[in-house]
Amino acid sequence: MTQTALNPGEKTVSSNVPAISLRGLTKEFGETTAVDGIDLEIRQGEFFSMLGPSGSGKTTVLRLIAGFESPTSGTVELEGTDVTARAPFDRDVNTVFQDYALFPHMSLIDNVAYGLRVRGVPKRERRERAAAALDRVQLGSFLGRRPSQLSGGQRQRVALARALVVEPRVLLLDEPLGALDLKLRQQMQVELKELQRSLGITFIFVTHDQEEALTMSDRIGVFNAGRLVQVGTAKEIYDRPNGEFVANFVGTSNIFPAAVGSSLYGKAEAFSVRPERLRLAHPGGAGRDGSTAILGIVSALVYLGHATQVRVAISDGTTVVVLVHPAALAEEDVTPGREVAVEWRTSDVVWLPPTG
Amino acid sequence: MTLETKPRPAPAPPRTGNRRVSAALHRSPRLRLAGLLTAPAAWLILVYIAALAALLITALWTVDTFTGKVSTTWTFDNILTVTTDPVYQAITLRTLRIAVVVTLIDMVIALPIAFFIAKVADKRWEKLLIVAVLMPLWASYLVKAYAWRNVLAEGGLLEWLGAPVGVNSPGYSETAVVLTLAYIWLPYMILPLHAGFERVPDSLIEASGDLGAKPLATLRLVILPILVPSIIAGTIFTFSLSLGDYITAQIVGGTTQMLGTVVYANVGAANNLPLAAAVAFIPIAIIMIYLFVVRRTGALNNL
Repeated sequence: MTQTALNPGEKTVSSNVPAISLRGLTKEFGETTAVDGIDLEIRQGEFFSMLGPSGSGKTTVLRLIAGFESPTSGTVELEGTDVTARAPFDRDVNTVFQDYALFPHMSLIDNVAYGLRVRGVPKRERRERAAAALDRVQLGSFLGRRPSQLSGGQRQRVALARALVVEPRVLLLDEPLGALDLKLRQQMQVELKELQRSLGITFIFVTHDQEEALTMSDRIGVFNAGRLVQVGTAKEIYDRPNGEFVANFVGTSNIFPAAVGSSLYGKAEAFSVRPERLRLAHPGGAGRDGSTAILGIVSALVYLGHATQVRVAISDGTTVVVLVHPAALAEEDVTPGREVAVEWRTSDVVWLPPTG
Repeated sequence: MTLETKPRPAPAPPRTGNRRVSAALHRSPRLRLAGLLTAPAAWLILVYIAALAALLITALWTVDTFTGKVSTTWTFDNILTVTTDPVYQAITLRTLRIAVVVTLIDMVIALPIAFFIAKVADKRWEKLLIVAVLMPLWASYLVKAYAWRNVLAEGGLLEWLGAPVGVNSPGYSETAVVLTLAYIWLPYMILPLHAGFERVPDSLIEASGDLGAKPLATLRLVILPILVPSIIAGTIFTFSLSLGDYITAQIVGGTTQMLGTVVYANVGAANNLPLAAAVAFIPIAIIMIYLFVVRRTGALNNL
């Protein structure tokens, strides 16, 4: 039987046990391997994002944790208990679906009370708890409405309330903000993070939007082709990508080929520098201590509003992108065709070993 | 046409008859609608409503017992006979009972089949199974009814199969009619149910399990409520088709009389068209009542 009441004082499991731990998790669909030997531990109370392009296996991992798929091999542990063989209704995790999956024939309060209903909570209590949960997501006045009468953002909130009212150990969110417009998405990002902080529940958030992952997560796992490429805090992932894939997928990166590496630093390895870490300088005045400069020709300017992207073609043909702030740009006379020096601090260089 | 070198305002198009009609249609949406709808509406009124009206009128006439010709004397005798005579009441009740039982049997059989086709079988199997469900519809109704006649016959397949487990063939009886009709109309129940299951997104079923519902609870609380309009759509088919049947009853029914057989007998052997028309009104009335009741459920939007 799943636990129905989960007051903070009742938590008996020590917080040292990881909320979720995946060991050698592999899932094959016919010929294709969607998830390829994932080993991962997600701590209790953590906001963990699974980031990756579509088809990278992140949603499959989520479905394996929820129990909608069973792994080809490997195990899923929930707070130290092996739940690999358990059905979804027997796992203390809940999911917010990408399409929200609200029951169209039920009012909002019935939707939210559903999890309590099937657990045998008495009608009066479950209505009270569902109403309170809807109140928490600012939908307290819409109890009798049908899901079809709501906007996308409101549906998303109902799905959240429905999953949280049964007080799961872990909440799984499958690209829940994907269908919302930018403003609403940013607002929901903040609300989700706040909610997670106040509830102290482990959130596992699947997204392909690197910005979303960076703003919300305690830690991020970057997926590519069914494998977990890198796990770390947002800062670690962004500042110290461990390979070309992460450097390119998370934010924009200037990847310098191994040839440039060996001519500048005597190390035949590709490296990357973030666009905002690059500066433009006069061709003669560059090359201070602890920094590196390279000459190039400005090829294009892209106005972004808060900054301008300056594209510079360097001698070996690589184009680097320099993010220049409006004030800095006003000082320099940067026009396409002009020769400039691109300069960066040597400590901002991230070496990219060939096999990420 | 002459070639003009100087640019000048586009010449007004010649005011031909066609253009004038087009312009008039463009200006008046009502005229446009009338032009589009007159023909189909006339067809509907003529073929459908006029035929029903003719039926009602015929039911109010009588037959001259000497000449056997329909006499256009107005009378309510036929209507009174079929509604008050215990024989016709018994036949009406029997027909209703057969239609209800056939509908229930089809519902019970079709639900798991449709669920399997829509939700369990993979895409390739789904198509094959749909074809398999539709296949019996390609065979003639008569062939299927006669096939069942053989199955149900003394020494037939059913008796041979049932003997080891102590089951007797029902012979030619009301039960035989129910069995045969349930077989013949089954595809009409499976198809709307299949369409209904297709409309239940997998994520709803997963969400239900995710929230702690066991499979039976998911079926009862999520799938069936969403499926209700499709179930009703299916029952409209099986119920109304069974209610009007007269061939199966004749082939496997033995002495079983249904409303359809009474109509058939009165049109043919008894040569009493007005009485046949009056009898024909009973299933029409029953189905109208049924449709009126289910209209509220929204099922008619799914037909």
